[in-house]
Amino acid sequence: MRRRPAWLWAAAIFAYAFLYVPLLIVVVYSFNDSRLNAEWVGFTFDWYRTLASDDQMLKAAGNSLMIGIVVSFVSTVLGTMAGLAMHRYRLRLLPILIVAPIAIPEILMGVSLLIFFVLLNFTLGLVSVALAHIAFCIGFVAIVVRARLAGMDETLTEAARDCGATPASAFRYVTLPLIMPGVIAGALMAFTLSIDDFVITFFTAGAGTITLPLQIYSMIKISVTPEVNAVSTLLMLLTLLLIVVAAKLSPTLLPSERETTP
Amino acid sequence: MALLDIQGVTRRFGDFTAVDNVSLAVEAGEFFTLLGPSGCGKTTLLRMIAGFDLPDAGRILLNGEDLADSPPELRPVRTVFQSYALFPHMSVEGNVAFPLQMARVPSGERKARIEAALEDVRLQGFNRRYPHELSGGQKQRVAIARALVTHPTMLLLDEPLAALDAKLREDLSIELINLQKEVGIAFVYVTHDQTEALALSHRIAVMNRGRIEQLDEPSKIYGFPRTRFVADFIGHCNLFSGPIREANGSLALVDVDGLGPVRVATATSAAGGARGTIALRPEKIRIAAEAPSGTPDNHFHGAVRDLLYMGDVTVYRVAIEGGTIVEALLANSQSGRAKFFEVGDAVDVSWPVGAGHFIVE
Repeated sequence: MRRRPAWLWAAAIFAYAFLYVPLLIVVVYSFNDSRLNAEWVGFTFDWYRTLASDDQMLKAAGNSLMIGIVVSFVSTVLGTMAGLAMHRYRLRLLPILIVAPIAIPEILMGVSLLIFFVLLNFTLGLVSVALAHIAFCIGFVAIVVRARLAGMDETLTEAARDCGATPASAFRYVTLPLIMPGVIAGALMAFTLSIDDFVITFFTAGAGTITLPLQIYSMIKISVTPEVNAVSTLLMLLTLLLIVVAAKLSPTLLPSERETTP
Repeated sequence: MALLDIQGVTRRFGDFTAVDNVSLAVEAGEFFTLLGPSGCGKTTLLRMIAGFDLPDAGRILLNGEDLADSPPELRPVRTVFQSYALFPHMSVEGNVAFPLQMARVPSGERKARIEAALEDVRLQGFNRRYPHELSGGQKQRVAIARALVTHPTMLLLDEPLAALDAKLREDLSIELINLQKEVGIAFVYVTHDQTEALALSHRIAVMNRGRIEQLDEPSKIYGFPRTRFVADFIGHCNLFSGPIREANGSLALVDVDGLGPVRVATATSAAGGARGTIALRPEKIRIAAEAPSGTPDNHFHGAVRDLLYMGDVTVYRVAIEGGTIVEALLANSQSGRAKFFEVGDAVDVSWPVGAGHFIVE
């Protein structure tokens, strides 16, 4: 293999440092035995202990988990259907309609959803947040599912019908098992997107409803406490885990070496 | 009543007419082949029988029943796809069991049925293998077992051997013939390979541009092609065309362009002035260094322009003085004897009136 020039290495190291050093600092200071994020004093699990007895924080985490689970379930069902529709019917408008919410600025989504809920006299709370999350997660699931369908042999569905399967059975026994890695990857993506969404949640939660990102935001208004570092570390760990699982299940999402070398 | 009755079926895709007013009947137990070049409509017709596509006009009847309103899963026919279309997430047994499962065959009965189907295609003991662990030929056997396991009325085979190499294709052809005899159900077989079609079929429908050019037994298709297209598509054929001088119902005389007058036996009569074509198989032509004894019906002189040694036979392309190329074939039955003539040798070609086949255009 050809040697790469040193400046390329330097640029790469700088870029990765810029991305990951801040995260690393948060992790490190979550174990720091000091109220200030200024200097390293000593190792402690105290902040995690404080976290475990913080009712407000636990309530926020519970809400986020519940919303995340409901959102990933509903948007996976709807997103899979959307992905199938995009694959089967070559309508030009359909992909735009489904995928647009991904590209629309979150602030715009948040404001418009808020206006929409108010117009409908819909009480803001956990339900409105979940609905808003579902709205932007469908597109992500649809894209992953469609990518999986594109790699599937079309005659397999015909073969299933030929073997006596109704369209529903053909989907259940042949299409769904084959696109399952994409479906699961989509569900995990929806979950991580939902659990750490701030902007749209901020607009659609209303007063009194709290989720984890909202809670963290309200805490850092005063100062970044080590407790915030601790909860951020846990959130980071969860997200990382889900990304790894998603990548394992859907090689097209993150091509591994096995796919790149024939 | 025929098992499958196709009546005036037409299928258009935009401006393109894929199947153009086709009618044919397939009898029970018959090995029927749709033969033609790609784009001739044979696969579209097969897909309409399977139910993956619907005719724009005409009817398809199976056992006298119109299939128009039956989705694929309710038609008692099964398809064997060119790409095998095995379910990759199921084992061999899972694949073969799938139609039984869909037909709600009690699970106690399934095992025996699966074993019998795998035995039919000589794949016993492969139950636990997955499609990606099988060779092309084995995959195709599994596909056939899956299609046969529910005892369908008819099997539709869409170029099932096209993806296999030549030797395997020949072996599987023979197995297909035996299998069809054994199970006794009608096969409708689609192929672009004329050798396959001639070897396998009871009857062949030669298709071109969405129409049936000729529907006959293999020997009739080969020996008595009704159109120029059929003569040219099936095997090697010399095609001599020119104005008909006379055709009186037993003998025709054609002034072949670039060759001269050629006599050919015919049952048809045609007015002088119309154009006719004589289809002449290379193996029916006598090629020799000297003129034959007696007076042959058709007799020309020329020189060997090029030759193709094929092992069992050698094909000689002879340039006649008029400029026409005549293809003749000699068997190399004498061992060690590779060829009888060299390029440039002066040769004499001749054939009796009965050797050629007359087609009025």
